[in-house]
Amino acid sequence: MSAGWVVAIVLAIGAVAYFFAAQRARTQRDGADRRTEQAHSLPTYHGWLSFLLATLPALIVFLVLSSVSSGLLENRVRTEVTSHVGDSAGSSLQIGIVHNAANALTRLGLSGTNVPTSYAALRDMASSAGIVLAQSGEDYMVPLAASVNEDAGAHRLLIHGLTLALALAGAAFAYSRIRLRLRARNEVERIVLWSLIAASSVAILTTVGIVLSMLGETMRFFSEINPLNFFFGTVWDPRFAAAGSTGEEGQFGLIPLLSGTLYIALVSMLFAVPVGLMAAVYMGEYATPRIRSIVKPLLELLAGIPTIVYGIFAVVTLGPFLRDLSAALSGGFAFIQSQSVFTAGIVMGVMLIPVVSSLSDDVITAVPRAMRDGSLALGATRSETIRRVILPAALPGIVGALLLTASRAIGETMIVVLAAGVAARLTINPFEAMTTITVKIVNQLTGDLEFNSPQTLVAFALGLTLFAITLGMNVYALYIVRKYREQYE
Amino acid sequence: MTDAALPHSAVEADAPARRDFGLKRRHAAERRFRLYGIVAIFIGLGFLAILLVSIVSKGYTAFVQTAITVPVEFSADIIDKDNERATNPRVLVSANYPVVARNAVAKALGVSPDDKAAMREVAKFVSDGNRATLRQIVMEDPSVIGTTRDVTLLAAADIDSANKGQIDLAVPQDKRKVSDRQIAWLDQLKAEGAISTPFNWGLLTFGASSRPETSGLGVALAGSLYMMAIVLLCALPIGVAASIYLEEFAKKDRFTDFIEVNINNLAAVPSIVFGLLGLAVFINFFGLPRSAPIVGGLVLTLMTLPTIIIATRAALRSVPPSIRTAALGVGASKMQMVFDHVLPLATPGILTGTIIGLARALGETAPLLLIGMVAFVADAPTSPLSPATALPVQIYMWSNEAERAFVERTSGAIIVLLAFLAIMNIAAILLRRHFERRW
Repeated sequence: MSAGWVVAIVLAIGAVAYFFAAQRARTQRDGADRRTEQAHSLPTYHGWLSFLLATLPALIVFLVLSSVSSGLLENRVRTEVTSHVGDSAGSSLQIGIVHNAANALTRLGLSGTNVPTSYAALRDMASSAGIVLAQSGEDYMVPLAASVNEDAGAHRLLIHGLTLALALAGAAFAYSRIRLRLRARNEVERIVLWSLIAASSVAILTTVGIVLSMLGETMRFFSEINPLNFFFGTVWDPRFAAAGSTGEEGQFGLIPLLSGTLYIALVSMLFAVPVGLMAAVYMGEYATPRIRSIVKPLLELLAGIPTIVYGIFAVVTLGPFLRDLSAALSGGFAFIQSQSVFTAGIVMGVMLIPVVSSLSDDVITAVPRAMRDGSLALGATRSETIRRVILPAALPGIVGALLLTASRAIGETMIVVLAAGVAARLTINPFEAMTTITVKIVNQLTGDLEFNSPQTLVAFALGLTLFAITLGMNVYALYIVRKYREQYE
Repeated sequence: MTDAALPHSAVEADAPARRDFGLKRRHAAERRFRLYGIVAIFIGLGFLAILLVSIVSKGYTAFVQTAITVPVEFSADIIDKDNERATNPRVLVSANYPVVARNAVAKALGVSPDDKAAMREVAKFVSDGNRATLRQIVMEDPSVIGTTRDVTLLAAADIDSANKGQIDLAVPQDKRKVSDRQIAWLDQLKAEGAISTPFNWGLLTFGASSRPETSGLGVALAGSLYMMAIVLLCALPIGVAASIYLEEFAKKDRFTDFIEVNINNLAAVPSIVFGLLGLAVFINFFGLPRSAPIVGGLVLTLMTLPTIIIATRAALRSVPPSIRTAALGVGASKMQMVFDHVLPLATPGILTGTIIGLARALGETAPLLLIGMVAFVADAPTSPLSPATALPVQIYMWSNEAERAFVERTSGAIIVLLAFLAIMNIAAILLRRHFERRW
């Protein structure tokens, strides 16, 4: 019986419990003498209470026990495997082979005395049934896989039985409690309130998950590579060693990636900030409502276009165009490479225009009317009012908005993956290719790799660095924006 | 006395003149400033126009595909040499259908089967993907063997490009992929009316393939559909529940503040970080399969959650307090007030926010690359646990292919993606217009 069936049966028990509980509550209510006794809750609340009592404990127990069971089995495989091969980097591979062998045994329907004695025999039987097994398995794995299967079956039987028993017990308990004066509505509402709280904690759990998962992998990375070499190294050369061979250790210097990231972000901000800010000012202060109602949604279209489309645009259209243009300008030598900091920066800048303009639009309209009117009444022109009164008054908010935009630019991935290039080098020339943190995260993690090598673990260290940078910028920006908003309220 | 009075009167005399001069300059500055604004808007709109025009002009040809309609002889000598199809049906599956297709086109062109060099070029003229078309015809009706029937065959990708005029014929023959002889054949078939360019349904139904003419978005569309369903099923209930708690029940305390800070930050975390989270938690820790839509759906759920929460809270806030007091006044409990009165009134706003969140999730690429959605998947996924790709990831994969015909498909796929996004956003706008209430 699969897990899906168990959940479906539990839900069905809940539905039946709902129906009978509501029916019983209705009978009690209709049978009671209204002058002496009144029902506390509507029959549907009794139904819901029975449904929740039948399903919730059962499903929670099911989830907890299932994860405990898989943890126990995993642990057992790990101890057995490490007792055979030692605690080396290859052990996770061996553990994977044991799991695959166990799966193959289940799918072939082999257990007890049917289990083949050697791994090669199992592999032959599996391949004739169309199941592919790894070549490097050893004989001790087959009985291990078989006994893991047996244990898993026993666990499953126990867990499923317990779950169904709990669901039935919950339903019976709820049914027996139904009284006229039972405060069913209050109990249902309390459960609903707790589930609302649980839903809001998902945000916290996600943040905790991000930090913990990346911190764990980063610590593993730093146990092999000195953190100083990572944070202050100027050479990025992770050197994918051939599988199995050791000794070749790459260099993981963050500096070239960080400088590429910041350089591209700088170019994009230099393009997006004047354009976005001026567009916001023009639409807020000069444009007629008619023009505003046409232009604003059009500019916001730029924000709705997926970044992959910008990336393709950079690669297919803008990059070759700039290369040919530079070749024509200098008479033959294309000084702008088709993948370059400049190309990536401009395209990212286009993507950021609506971000800058809508954020600064909010800030500018938050400046009180009185300051504007006062300046105009003193005889200042509109542009003088904007430059000398509104922008200075909105400055903290604009700085916050720009920080938020910059953090978008730093974390942007697809545009730089396609347009910035993969060569990690330090250069000042914006017309050459540089690479970024996000590009290297993608490079290190796409493809079939072992998850224990520093070459893949470095991606988590890069991710944590990126997360820390953007988190710092966001928190500071939100703080500034909030503080500024309070100033004028 | 005169010493003191002289500068004074001089200032008075100068003053009007200086003000005039300043006004001119200031008005010029005003005009310049205004011009900067207009220029900024035109830069933005100009890039939008260039972007769309360049995509559409490169991609619209992907929606038609060159096809050749010729009489095909289902020769028993090629398909079933030893006449054993009654006993061994596998013969029909593994028969050499490309040769059937080649011979049919060669016959239509009048190429002699003995001319080996010409036959090789004919073989390159039609797509290898016709194997599946012909096999299906034979499998459905084995009695077709030995007869001749008109079949529409796919042309090879290079011939398709040549037919669409995308190959520069001025380039010497050995430097382009289509020979002069093949061009002549193309013109000959065109004159006979055998060449047609029907709508390219394959672009929307085929899976991954190394040949451009038989690769399509089928698997990617199915994968994206699964992921959107998972995002909708997970993010909408959780997001609405969280918003209801924060907006209607939460006391103003440290815990609530902490949740709010978290949500605001998650909205600004780079999307690739969510990919790392999915890899570390869902794949490495919980052991879910790589490349599976369920992992992608969960990652996108976490990404979309802040968007939905922010939109839902705004929608709840826009329901006037009088509704709440009226409901409480006639004896509803707080929970009844929220679920029976406030939530239904906030539904249009919540749905609008959800659709916009889904549209963003649909276009997201970076986190999906990390969880292994960059995969060569030929068959449509049957469940959320089987491997699939996603629409934007397929675009990324095609953009890495070298062949000319894939460039066209990349842009065509972008048009499909943008069309989906446009439909979703228009639906959101219409929903808002139709149900918007002013209190």
